[in-house]
Amino acid sequence: MTYLWAFILGGAICAVGQFLMDRFKLTPAHVMSSFVVAGAFLDFLDIYDRMIEVAGAGAMVPITSFGHSLLHGAMEQADEHGLIGIAIGIFELTSAGIASAILFAFIVAAIFQPKG
Amino acid sequence: MNRVNTWTFQNDIYVQATGTVVGPLESQGPIGDAFDESLDDLHDNKKSWEEAERTMMEKAIAHCLRKDETSMKEVNVFLTGDLINQNVIGSYTARDLNVPTLGIFGACSTSVEGISIGAALVDGGFVSNALTAVSSHNATAERQYRYPTEYGSQKPSSATFTVTGSGALFLSRQKSDLRIESSTIGRVVDFDRSDPWDLGSAMAPAAADTIKTHLEDKGRSPEYYDLIVTGDLSSVGTPLVRELLKEDGIDITENHRDCGLWIYSKDQPVFSGGSGCACSAVVTYGHIFEQMMSGVYERVLLVATGALMNPLMIQQKESIPSVAHAVAFERVKHE
Repeated sequence: MTYLWAFILGGAICAVGQFLMDRFKLTPAHVMSSFVVAGAFLDFLDIYDRMIEVAGAGAMVPITSFGHSLLHGAMEQADEHGLIGIAIGIFELTSAGIASAILFAFIVAAIFQPKG
Repeated sequence: MNRVNTWTFQNDIYVQATGTVVGPLESQGPIGDAFDESLDDLHDNKKSWEEAERTMMEKAIAHCLRKDETSMKEVNVFLTGDLINQNVIGSYTARDLNVPTLGIFGACSTSVEGISIGAALVDGGFVSNALTAVSSHNATAERQYRYPTEYGSQKPSSATFTVTGSGALFLSRQKSDLRIESSTIGRVVDFDRSDPWDLGSAMAPAAADTIKTHLEDKGRSPEYYDLIVTGDLSSVGTPLVRELLKEDGIDITENHRDCGLWIYSKDQPVFSGGSGCACSAVVTYGHIFEQMMSGVYERVLLVATGALMNPLMIQQKESIPSVAHAVAFERVKHE
């Protein structure tokens, strides 16, 4: 059942992105940042955690989950350290993702030549 | 004083020779045999795409001068343009040539701009010959105008595909079979199009305007030409320019073709067709001139179209102005 929901929800998120690009001529960068904000907003409404419960990777893989993780990390540290905790925690849960993106981008750039 | 759009050259100006170099995809296209040389891949074993593009221009010039048995020392003026910021492909090529150089820019209309200025300089007696070269490279131009190709941005079907290639042309008053009869310099028009993925629609009005002006100035009908060929309107702009001219009572459908659709076959992955400075240059210098020599066409009007925006203007929500310049070639038979 999780597979089915992952397919439906994950697909729906991607379909919204494609729609934004085709219909509203948004650039990929615009779509990406709006999705991060949307994920954080859905988390604020307490919806995103439930989406992950139901759809698993269908909600974890799209970039919207990045916004959700940003908010989670920030709020957790904010509980402990107050306002400054937001700055401490915002990249806490996402740092693995960011660090590996930088690392793998570097390795690929060092090894390969772009095809054009 | 009246406005002058069309320059009719008073002295006979002739095309002496041309040189063309293209990329791998272009050489696999339907007119792939027409070019002097082709690259095996976009890097051409160079450190950067820019260097590969520069090498293409150097090779195109070398082929051109070799055919005319002219040495670089005899060239009076070099007119060059490309699509990269500050016209660096042309300028960096020129630093090794030791020839008086004028950098020119008209986006994809630069080929005809170069021929027109060169012919005018020779006609006016300032120089006795002129060498003009343009180039574009898929990987450098896509990055300059839209996104780096390795970014892998999605493209709609209206997008054009920058032709990798370079075309050089050498002209003077020495008699040859190919005469440059006149040029029509286009005005910049803007029909409020702002989609960089659809330059065909942005440029079609400029092409229509220049074709109409040229025919009016010269008192000619479209049938006067065996071929009216536009630079890179693609499958989106091509029907549009025909439609626009039809509204003015000019029907070019019978003898109109577009270089962007000519250089690739339908099954090649190029979206709506080819674009770029090199598009009109290599198709005309390589294929169309060959056809004129073998008698397929006697009179050809080349209308090169250029979209005059850069990504910053697009980000600032500006629309895309465009321009088209036309040059009329005639095959002449000498007694």
